[in-house]
Amino acid sequence: MLIAKNISKKFSGVIALANISMELHPGKVNAIIGENGAGKSTLMKIFSGVHTQYEGEIFFNNKLVKFKSTKEAEDAGISIIHQELNLVPHLSIAENIFLGRELTNSLGMVKAKLMNEKTTELLSKLNLNIDPATKIAALKVGQQQLVEIAKALYTNAEVIIMDEPTSAISDKEVDNLFAIINQLKSEGKIIVYISHKFKELFAIADRYVVLRDGSTIDSGNINEITQDQLIHKMTGRNIRENKRSSSVKDQPVLFSAKNITLNHSLFKSKKVLNNISFELHNGEILGVYGLMGAGRTELMECIFGLHPKNGSGEISIGTEVQKIKCPADAMAAGIALVPEDRKLHGLIINQSIRFNISISVLETLQKWGLLLSAGKENSLSENYINKLSIKTASDNHLAKTLSGGNQQKIVLAKWLATHPQVLLLDEPTRGIDINAKAEIYELMKTLAAEGMGIIIVSSELPEILTVADNILVMTEGELTANIPIEEATEAIILKHAIHKN
Amino acid sequence: MTVANLKYSKSLSKFQSLIALLILCIVLSILTDKFFTAENGLNVLRQIAVNICISVGMTLVVLTAGIDLSVGSVLALCSAVTAGLLKNGIEIPAGNLWIGFTLLGAVLAGLLLGFLLGCFNGFAITKFNVPPFVATLAMLTIARGFTMLYTKGHPISNLGDSFAFIGTGWLFGIPVPVYIAAVVVLVAVFITQKTKIGRYIYAIGGNEQAAKLSGINIKKVKITVYAIAGALAALGGVIVASRLDSAQPNAGISYELDAIAAVVIGGTSLSGGKGSVWGTVMGAIIIGVLNNGLVLLNVSPFWQQVVKGSVILLAVIIDKAGESKD
Repeated sequence: MLIAKNISKKFSGVIALANISMELHPGKVNAIIGENGAGKSTLMKIFSGVHTQYEGEIFFNNKLVKFKSTKEAEDAGISIIHQELNLVPHLSIAENIFLGRELTNSLGMVKAKLMNEKTTELLSKLNLNIDPATKIAALKVGQQQLVEIAKALYTNAEVIIMDEPTSAISDKEVDNLFAIINQLKSEGKIIVYISHKFKELFAIADRYVVLRDGSTIDSGNINEITQDQLIHKMTGRNIRENKRSSSVKDQPVLFSAKNITLNHSLFKSKKVLNNISFELHNGEILGVYGLMGAGRTELMECIFGLHPKNGSGEISIGTEVQKIKCPADAMAAGIALVPEDRKLHGLIINQSIRFNISISVLETLQKWGLLLSAGKENSLSENYINKLSIKTASDNHLAKTLSGGNQQKIVLAKWLATHPQVLLLDEPTRGIDINAKAEIYELMKTLAAEGMGIIIVSSELPEILTVADNILVMTEGELTANIPIEEATEAIILKHAIHKN
Repeated sequence: MTVANLKYSKSLSKFQSLIALLILCIVLSILTDKFFTAENGLNVLRQIAVNICISVGMTLVVLTAGIDLSVGSVLALCSAVTAGLLKNGIEIPAGNLWIGFTLLGAVLAGLLLGFLLGCFNGFAITKFNVPPFVATLAMLTIARGFTMLYTKGHPISNLGDSFAFIGTGWLFGIPVPVYIAAVVVLVAVFITQKTKIGRYIYAIGGNEQAAKLSGINIKKVKITVYAIAGALAALGGVIVASRLDSAQPNAGISYELDAIAAVVIGGTSLSGGKGSVWGTVMGAIIIGVLNNGLVLLNVSPFWQQVVKGSVILLAVIIDKAGESKD
């Protein structure tokens, strides 16, 4: 039995887990259920030795354990299969399974033949009849997952944690996976299963644990609870009354997307986005909600011209159809995108605030069509530093020296400087403090009041409910609902966001 | 560390290559009488003019997180073509035609060729996603091969007095190559500090994804910097051929390494986005002064190589140490 007692974990002051306790039973599939950010991943990372600093205790087979590394956790018998598989693509199946624990002879030479034989044995247990010398890159995702499981079996793992194991595999592969899980269960292993897909949970899980905001809400046998009850436990917050009350539907249509479709870059038949159409009115704030992998970010990227090859569909501003093949086209059409990951995609972190704010509008800062005017550039950056109250002594400071909230404001400033008609915000408040969040909400409302159309992608339901006029809900690349704010509740939104049965 | 201290150490690190150069000059002035003279100074500047031209181009490439290994071969090919056009023109056997080239025409043709070879590098890198290291390594071999084909392995010599002026002439007491290098540096400083494309170069090297999302045409900027690097290598080739009154098929071998050394000593990061043309000029001068000083001190050429390598290593170690303090 794996028992967690009063586990708490903070990330630079932000509470991720608050006093979580749970029991995970052997011979059972234990489902961990919760919204994005409920603390599931953090907890699993503590179990598997990724996070080593935490408060509380973990008992494994009645012994107190505190893992200092993933290796220690593995040696103790806890194995995690991450959502993004951790395999080396250019090594063979056998080489991956034995990575870091190669079988060697007394001269230190690798016993390749023996390892291949053992791998074949492991794979046959999983009904995978493939040459163990096959490179991982040549395998399908479902097969790769089985290799990860084989690795866990080889280490004699007693606890196997699976994080969204079905997010990238076909229905047939899911059936195969479930058969294997049932087999592992009968061998008395503890299976920890994380998924957003309720259909699967009810099909495979024996027990459930619901997490919300870093705390354990409830746990029990899955056959004693209904889906609606689970959803209620997942959201269960006090309903907020500070919704926007606006009548944007009377406004003219500012932006429309028709039949946006995005094919998977490798498997052309798979659709990341399927025929998504919607409209945005003048002054409207449109929320886009979906669970992990719903295709929200990809939708924004398609609109912004980042998938010219695999994406299709029609984008119009007003009644004019736009040809958008790259970000510059999107900008010319009056669209701006504040991307999800500000450090990776938003900022040039080693350059100054001024550099970052002006980079997308340098054309407008030129003298004689050639020289950049320092005066114009300074007044631009000073203007936005004041407007968005970016806290800094000088616009000459490097972007990396600022806090997350202020960095996000720089990215916002950079895009507001292009005077967009349509502003796309992808998770604009992720990882920033409450005050900066509130400021960004206020800014959005002000901009909308001036007539700008705003689309905000968010994983936080309260955020969507606070700022949006209308809410689009996505599931696995499909638009499943378009809900006016008056009718929206967390439960309704979540119901549409969860995989349809 | 207090704020004042931090500021102090930051401004110090900004000038560290200048300080290193000053220390080097003082030491050499003490050790030898011949170092600290106007004549020797101009001599050093003339010697490094070619490396400055090349390494300025290299700086632009490295700022975008790229590298150009082909500059030495491009230099050789362009200098051979310039010399060949100047001396022999183009003969077209079919129509029994002969096209002659003026001095300016031949030089411009050489520069254009360098520009086009650079464009080709940039094209391979952006269109086919060939890593810059590989694309320019291929060009290093290709351009050297064409040089051998064009010259048939023999130098092209006796290029005339007016051509020789470019590499050996003096104006107002200063060698002509120094003027050329100075113009190159000033234009490059202007481009990197004061123009849109300069910003884009830093933006791409700093974070290519963010630059792309900011609407910057990455391909265009990258092709441009490789083209500039090619043209500047060609310019170096013209100076070298003029100085020797001869275009050598083996010219420019390992010049790319001197250029990269100047860039690195000048504090430009090979991972892109950080550094400056001024830094590279400092780097080139440090290498030049070091070479000159070691000759004046009668140090064996074999030891000179050891010292030069050690200085490169030291410069980067000091740079990294400065970074980790932040």
